[in-house]
Amino acid sequence: MQSQLLLQLIVNGLIIGTLYGVVGMCFVLIYKASQVVNFAQGEFLLIGAWTCWWLLTAWNIPFFWGFLIAVCFMMVFGIVVQMVVLRPLIGEPIISVIMVTIGMSIFFQALMKWMFGTFAQPFPPIFSVDKVNILGLQVQTAYLMSTGVSLAIMAGFAWFFKYSRLGLAMRATAFSQQVAQSLGISVRQVFALSWGISAAVSAVAGVVVGIVNGVSSALSYFGIKVFPAVILGGLDSVFGAVVGGLIMGLLENLAQYFDSQYLKWGNLYEIVPFYALIIILMIKPYGLFGTRDIERV
Amino acid sequence: MAIDTLRPCGDYRTSYKADQTIFATRLTMLFCVAGVVLACFAPFFFSRYILSLMIQIGYLGIAALGLNILVGFSGQISVGHAVFFGFGGFASAFLANKGVPVPLAIVLAGLWTTAVGLLFGLPAARVKGLYLAIATLAAQFILQDFFVRAEWFTGGTHGAMAAPFTLFGYDLSGDDRYFYVVLFFVVVMYLGAANLMRSRDGRALIAVRDHYLSAEMMGVNLTKYRTMAFGISSFYAGIGGALYAHYVGFMSVEGLDILFSIQFLGMIIIGGLGSIMGSLMGTIFMVLLPEATGWLASALSGSVIDQVLHLKDGLTYMREMLIGLTIILFLIFEPDGLAHRWRLIKAYWKLYPFSY
Repeated sequence: MQSQLLLQLIVNGLIIGTLYGVVGMCFVLIYKASQVVNFAQGEFLLIGAWTCWWLLTAWNIPFFWGFLIAVCFMMVFGIVVQMVVLRPLIGEPIISVIMVTIGMSIFFQALMKWMFGTFAQPFPPIFSVDKVNILGLQVQTAYLMSTGVSLAIMAGFAWFFKYSRLGLAMRATAFSQQVAQSLGISVRQVFALSWGISAAVSAVAGVVVGIVNGVSSALSYFGIKVFPAVILGGLDSVFGAVVGGLIMGLLENLAQYFDSQYLKWGNLYEIVPFYALIIILMIKPYGLFGTRDIERV
Repeated sequence: MAIDTLRPCGDYRTSYKADQTIFATRLTMLFCVAGVVLACFAPFFFSRYILSLMIQIGYLGIAALGLNILVGFSGQISVGHAVFFGFGGFASAFLANKGVPVPLAIVLAGLWTTAVGLLFGLPAARVKGLYLAIATLAAQFILQDFFVRAEWFTGGTHGAMAAPFTLFGYDLSGDDRYFYVVLFFVVVMYLGAANLMRSRDGRALIAVRDHYLSAEMMGVNLTKYRTMAFGISSFYAGIGGALYAHYVGFMSVEGLDILFSIQFLGMIIIGGLGSIMGSLMGTIFMVLLPEATGWLASALSGSVIDQVLHLKDGLTYMREMLIGLTIILFLIFEPDGLAHRWRLIKAYWKLYPFSY
């Protein structure tokens, strides 16, 4: 029974971990392209999920189309946010930029609570089968879908940055804005686009989590949980974000296992990532795959 | 420049002595003294409601000043100020329940919070900028979790009772009497900060903020001053929290969430980073903002806007949104805060017909 539980938790950890990985990737995308630490990443999930939920319940749109509209909306939303809020702050000190994203985060969170209430709302059922039995383990269909979607997104990112013209332009901008500009890349467009893509992909993650747990403002907690993951992986490494996300997902669920079996402290899994975060910052602040700035602090 | 009113509006000091005065001119000193003296008469004129707002401004202003020393003067960002505020409150309540006299407990709570702040400031020796911001974010969640767990210290989820403030047997706990306690602490803490900033340590903090490499070249120990800024800021937060605990008579983990931390950051951004009086102005703004929202909502009740938006139900959310919105707007349009606006107004009046 115990090994069964452990196995179940590990599978859960991997599934949650891929989701953390996806959100982490979005976070790293913004950071790499425009050097902005986005504290409002969780709100992107939240807004995306609520938009999709609203389209599905209020307008009775089929899931596929509602999903697509929500993602497109979030893309536009991300671009608009970058243009209106972040663009005037280019060149300002890092404190201002961090603070403006924090301000956005509480603004949108309160707005969503006001518009949709504080209670978790379930998505209308999408799959005919609720749970699937894989090798004796009960796995929710939505989780399976989430893993599939996450892996597809990761593959998409890999292709995008390796082969597409736009992805290469983004990497060039991340490497050096001046060089990119002299090569004819519009840095402004790249900034706006990185926010757009990040918001859109976050919305996908938000919808997936919303299908599993219901949509509520707890979704924005993902935006905070993502910090330990990206710090572990290295702030400017897309691959690191995925690895960090997986490790954090596993760590959380293992903590839950030890907590329920041995320690009986309760709620340990919620707080473990932050202890891990402090330890990582103390011993290896640039993470596993991050670029190491040679600099005395 | 014998007459204060004819000073040019820029920074035209010619001696170190002039640069290091607590108050820029005698007139500002007179204004500050007059302000404190006038505030002493406040309990005789104002209602309890206004007094309670003023007390709120007092203890929040002390904590905000602490954050401004950390963020505005030493250039580090902390997203976990609320938990230090809360720690001060819990520590003071804990000490007072153990039999320590309340005034002493408040000071000791400040020192205790300093120790905790130094502990969480340790990453500052290793990382800076946004990494540090994320470390303080972790501190926020870890300490919040600790408050719920440590029942011996905080009473867990139930909260802890805090003894009323008594001094030499006199009970100073009502709004009109506690006002003087808070006023005393505000004056002492603000004077302390103004003095700190003209000492060697204060200038070193500013040097670390402005250019840390040059500061290190000049012999400023970066690690020491970065950690020290955390300690000082936690001390201020602890005192503020302790004053809050003994004012309300009760301390609970509720409300010490990240939104409260962000509110502190909002106060110093609105007031002006790196300005001592700005911290107070920002606090006044931040305390009055939710009240003003309430007044506005009740003024609009029954109108078309109210019917469409249901202002009464959305009041809490509207307040949160306004906090976020003011932070964003100030950062975009007035990054130097109210203190800067105040300087501009002063300069305008000084040169009245010929302003530029």
